[in-house]
Amino acid sequence: MDFTAVLAQVKPKLGCVADNLALIEEHIQQAITSKADLVVFPELALTGYFLKDLVPEVALRLDSPEIQRLVELSRHISIAVGFVEESSDYRFFNSALYLEDGTIRHLHRKVYLPTYGLFDEQRYLARGERFRAFDTKRGRMGLLICEDMWHLSASYILAMDGATTLICLSSSPGRGVEGETLGSANAWQHLTATTAMFLNCRVLYCNRVGYEDGINFWGGSEYVAPSGESMIRGALLEEDTVSATLDEGALRRERIFSPMLRDENLFVTMRELGRIERERGL
Amino acid sequence: MKGLTANTALLRTILVGFVRDEVHKVGVKKAVLGLSGGIDSALVVFIAAEALGPENVHAVCMPYRSSNPESEAHARLVAHACGVNFSVVPITAMVDAYFKMFTDADNMRRGNKMARERMTILFDHSALHSALVLGTSNKTELLLGYGTLFGDMASALNPIGDLYKSHVWQLSEAMGVPREVIEKKPSADLWAGQTDEEELGFSYCQVDELLYRMVDQRLTREELIAAGFAAEFIDDIYKKVQNSHFKRRLPVIAKVSNRTIDRDFRYSRDWGK
Repeated sequence: MDFTAVLAQVKPKLGCVADNLALIEEHIQQAITSKADLVVFPELALTGYFLKDLVPEVALRLDSPEIQRLVELSRHISIAVGFVEESSDYRFFNSALYLEDGTIRHLHRKVYLPTYGLFDEQRYLARGERFRAFDTKRGRMGLLICEDMWHLSASYILAMDGATTLICLSSSPGRGVEGETLGSANAWQHLTATTAMFLNCRVLYCNRVGYEDGINFWGGSEYVAPSGESMIRGALLEEDTVSATLDEGALRRERIFSPMLRDENLFVTMRELGRIERERGL
Repeated sequence: MKGLTANTALLRTILVGFVRDEVHKVGVKKAVLGLSGGIDSALVVFIAAEALGPENVHAVCMPYRSSNPESEAHARLVAHACGVNFSVVPITAMVDAYFKMFTDADNMRRGNKMARERMTILFDHSALHSALVLGTSNKTELLLGYGTLFGDMASALNPIGDLYKSHVWQLSEAMGVPREVIEKKPSADLWAGQTDEEELGFSYCQVDELLYRMVDQRLTREELIAAGFAAEFIDDIYKKVQNSHFKRRLPVIAKVSNRTIDRDFRYSRDWGK
């Protein structure tokens, strides 16, 4: 089924959950008015990114009024959104929700927490431990949070689990001003295109904008077709709303032209990974 | 060298956006900065004028009696070229009054005093105009420690602190900084005839090439020697970076509690913004 997805390339305020919730609600209302089927927000859209010791202060439980408000709004439109989740055993996760028909369809906890260079996530956050595809009204999907996508296995697992649409929520800092385009934008565009092409999947990439302590987030949210072609891309470094129509026919045709995923041999992969695991003595 | 050749259009977008965003998010509209007549502050005032509108930028020229008169003329030229507010606040009376008590003070003490005198004027103007103070130190000087702690290194926001001097030249060209300012020899202008490169003992181009490989690309000493840099030059610059590191950090706090500021009490400065 064809459907329309809106990528809300917003600029959250650091540590201001109420303000960010209002901003998110505003974009949800606009997306509903424009008759979109799905609205996607960036990683940590409810909180901002460089939270450091703010993590426990901005964390939300799934039964919090803020999350329940979004669940309620999903009666009108499907919503993918990033936030800090507090679990009942007081761990804090960089999480993303897929909300639909007034329910939580899926919760993904970021597995790969970058802790190098300018990143310090593992100091403040707990690691997620699973990648699972899930069924939605718009087909089977998989959620990824930023760094997750830089691990081939993450997208691979979701595709093998039947996801035809990969949604990546991102807060990617811009860096690298030597080339024709921003270094990190260039790297991500290669990544989303290659992932889509390898796995014959659609990729919805939603990245935030704005600055936190001098670090810019570059936006450039995009819809990449299963062919690897970028169909529509948001503005660089500016707030934007990207509206993409996902064509079911294009997915079907691509999977006929390039049936790599059909031919992917899960048995060989599992056997070899099992061997590597044994040899490493894990 | 690819890394020292920047995409100036992209750099301009990021830095203009930075000033606009970081100034506006603290709830003010204006910026103030010292305009020396040199290229670094000229570039910053061009960035600020584009980000905030020239009417919201206050440039202050703060000459000492030994400053080259050409410096003030160039500062005026730059302010005029980008349309910002311009004023002159000489620091001679304050600095001379102080050194009447310390007549044997050397050039370094005098230079540092002048830089800190200018800082107090800028932060006073910050209160006067409800404006943030913009810093104008580039990455080359910050890494070498070629600046005065709590003097010219003090600011609220620094748009060019991650730009080597080589980048400053390129972006200044792209943004239309007056040619006289781009082409003249960089100088701290603390005393007559002073030039940075003479004082440092090497050219900015040479040291930028080295710093880029040493700091940004993390080449080892052996790799730098293999790339053609003299061992003594490498060691000299490495020591300069190491010995000036204190200037790039907050004062060290003795830890006694469970949550010490900046150690295990960690928040972004844009907390709540």
